[in-house]
Amino acid sequence: MTLLAVSSLTKRYVSGTRPVTALDDVSLTLDRGQTLGLAGVSGSGKSTLARILLRLMPADGGMVRFEADDWLSLSGRDLRRRRARMQMVFQDVLGAFNPRATVGSVLDDPLRIHSPLKERDRRTEIAALLDRVGLQAALATRSIRDVSGGQRQRVAIARAIATRPSLIVLDEAVSALDVSVRETILRLLVELQQERGIAYLFISHDLAVLRAVSHRIAVMDAGRIVECGPAGDVIERPRSDAARSLVAAVPRLVIRG
Amino acid sequence: MTLLCRMLNLRVTYHRQASAALDLSALDITAGERLAVIGESGSGKTTLARALAGLLPETARCEGEIRWTSEMPPQPGRDLGFVFQDPSSSLNPVLTVGEQVAEGARQHLNLSWSQAFRHARDLVASVGIPDPDSALNAYPHQFSGGQRQRIAIAAALSARPSILVADEITSALDMVVQAQLVALLDELVRQAAMTLIFVTHDIALASGLADRLVILKDGRLVECGATAQVLERPQSDYTRALIASHRTLSSRSLLPGSAE
Ligand SMILES: Nc1ncnc2c1ncn2[C@@H]1O[C@H](COP(=O)(O)OP(=O)(O)OP(=O)(O)O)[C@@H](O)[C@H]1O
Ligand SMILES: Nc1ncnc2c1ncn2[C@@H]1O[C@H](COP(=O)(O)OP(=O)(O)OP(=O)(O)O)[C@@H](O)[C@H]1O
Ligand SMILES: [Mg+2]
Ligand SMILES: [Mg+2]
Repeated sequence: MTLLAVSSLTKRYVSGTRPVTALDDVSLTLDRGQTLGLAGVSGSGKSTLARILLRLMPADGGMVRFEADDWLSLSGRDLRRRRARMQMVFQDVLGAFNPRATVGSVLDDPLRIHSPLKERDRRTEIAALLDRVGLQAALATRSIRDVSGGQRQRVAIARAIATRPSLIVLDEAVSALDVSVRETILRLLVELQQERGIAYLFISHDLAVLRAVSHRIAVMDAGRIVECGPAGDVIERPRSDAARSLVAAVPRLVIRG
Repeated sequence: MTLLCRMLNLRVTYHRQASAALDLSALDITAGERLAVIGESGSGKTTLARALAGLLPETARCEGEIRWTSEMPPQPGRDLGFVFQDPSSSLNPVLTVGEQVAEGARQHLNLSWSQAFRHARDLVASVGIPDPDSALNAYPHQFSGGQRQRIAIAAALSARPSILVADEITSALDMVVQAQLVALLDELVRQAAMTLIFVTHDIALASGLADRLVILKDGRLVECGATAQVLERPQSDYTRALIASHRTLSSRSLLPGSAE
C-alpha cells in the first residue's frame, strides 16, 4: 500500500550569481513498512528532497501525497498534528540537538507536543523508549553532549519513534559511525521496522549500507532520479552511469597478490 | 628493504589527560612502503600520524623515541607532506591556489616565484584540476570538496617530499570522489617512490592501497602485518571483528527473508 507518493517535485536555489536546480522533476513512491534507499554523489539533491518532505523548506513545484494528505498544502494546526507521522534522523552532529539538553528532555519534547500523556506517564514512556533502542534508563539525566556518537544516534532514533510515525527520513544517519556501531544501529532500525511497520527513506552515498537495509534503491544525479528498482537489481545490474559509478566506487576488501 | 624509522616505547599524552592517547612498544616503517593506519574513532590514528610528522600540539607530552635513519628527523613541508581530513585545515582561505602550491617549492627547492609557479601549475594539473592556469589564480572556496583535497595534495607535494602522511583525506567526501582520490594518491606515490602513511577507519579502502596494515585500538597496536596476511589470517579477535563488521556490496542484506 502506497504511503508516500512524490510527483514532479522541483527546487531551485538562487544564491550568488547562478541558480542551482537541486531537484528536477523528482517522482517516487514508497510503500508502508518498506525502505527506499536513496543514493547519489554529493550535491545530487538528496538532502534537498529530505528537507522538503520534512516541510523544513518549500518546494517550487510538484506534489506530495503522504498517508491521506496533500502533504505540501498542510499548514497551521493540521501540519503540526500530522508531523508526528513523519520523523527524521540526521547525521550524528551535535548540532542536531540543543547542546544544553539532557537525553530525557530530547525525548520529552515530542511526547509533550504530540501525546496526551501526563508528566509521570511520559517518564515511564521515556524509559521504555530508551530501553527499546538499547540504552539504560539512567542515561535520561545525562547531557546529550556527554554520550558517545553511537548512543546519540540511538537517542535520535528513540526521538523519531516516540511519536509513532509511519515514515522516518534518515539522512546519512550512520555515515559518521564506526563500523561496529554502525552495524548495531542498522540492525536496530530493521528490527523497529519489523515491529512497528515503519517505512524508511534511507539516504546514503554508501551503496553497501543501502544494500543492508533497503527493499528498493533510487539513484539521484544532478537533481533527477536516474534509476530506481529492487535493491539487488540496482547493485548487481546498474543501468545508469550514475549507479554504475557508485557501485564501482564502493571499496572492496581486496587481497592483492 | 631500508628502515626509515623505528618507534620505541612511544607514548603520547595530551594536556590534562589521565591516560595516553598512544602507547606503542615498537613499530618500524620501511622506506618506500605504503603503510595504512587503521582503527575506530579515538584509537590514536591522528596522534600517531602527527607524532611521526612532528606536528603534535606543544602541550602534548611525548615519551619514548622515534629513531629516524636519516641524520635529522624529516622536516614537515620539505621532507614530509601532510594532508588533513578537512581541506580547510590544509589550505589557507585567503591565499590563491597558486601561492599555496608554489610556496613549498619556492622555500625548499630554491626556485624563484616564477619557476615555483610553473612547478605549481604542473602539480595542479597532475592532481587532475581542470584548467590549471586559471586555477592558480582562484581561491580554495571556488572548488568542490574533492577538488580542494586534490589541491591540498598538490600543496603537500610541492617540495617533493619523500614521505606523505594522509589523515582520513577522503572521509568528508562521497564515495565516487573518494575512489578517484585514492587512485590519484596511488599513482603519485608510485611515480615518486614516496613512503605513504595512509590513515583511515575503512579497512577495505586501506586494503586497495597499502602494503602493510597497522591496527590500533585505544592507543595500542593490536596487529601489524602485510595487508594480505592481516586480511586472510588476522591474529587478533579485534581485527577479525573489524573485518566481519565491514559491509561490502556482497554482504548479506539485514532484511528478513532476503535470500542471498
Ligand atoms: N541552502 C542552499 N543554498 C544554495 N544552494 C544549495 C543549498 N543547499 C544545497 N544547495 C545546492 O543544491 C544542490 C543539492 O544539494 P543537496 O544538499 O541536496 O545534495 P546532497 O545530495 O544531499 O549532497 P551531500 O551528499 O553532499 O549531502 C547542490 O548543488 C548544493 O550545492
Ligand atoms: N588535542 C587533544 N587534547 C586532548 N585529547 C585529545 C586531543 N586529540 C586527541 N585526543 C584524544 O586522544 C585519543 C586519540 O585521538 P586521535 O585523534 O589520535 O584518534 P583517531 O584515531 O584519529 O580518531 P578519529 O577517527 O576520530 O579521527 C582520543 O581519546 C582523543 O579524544
Ligand atoms: Mg546531503
Ligand atoms: Mg583522526
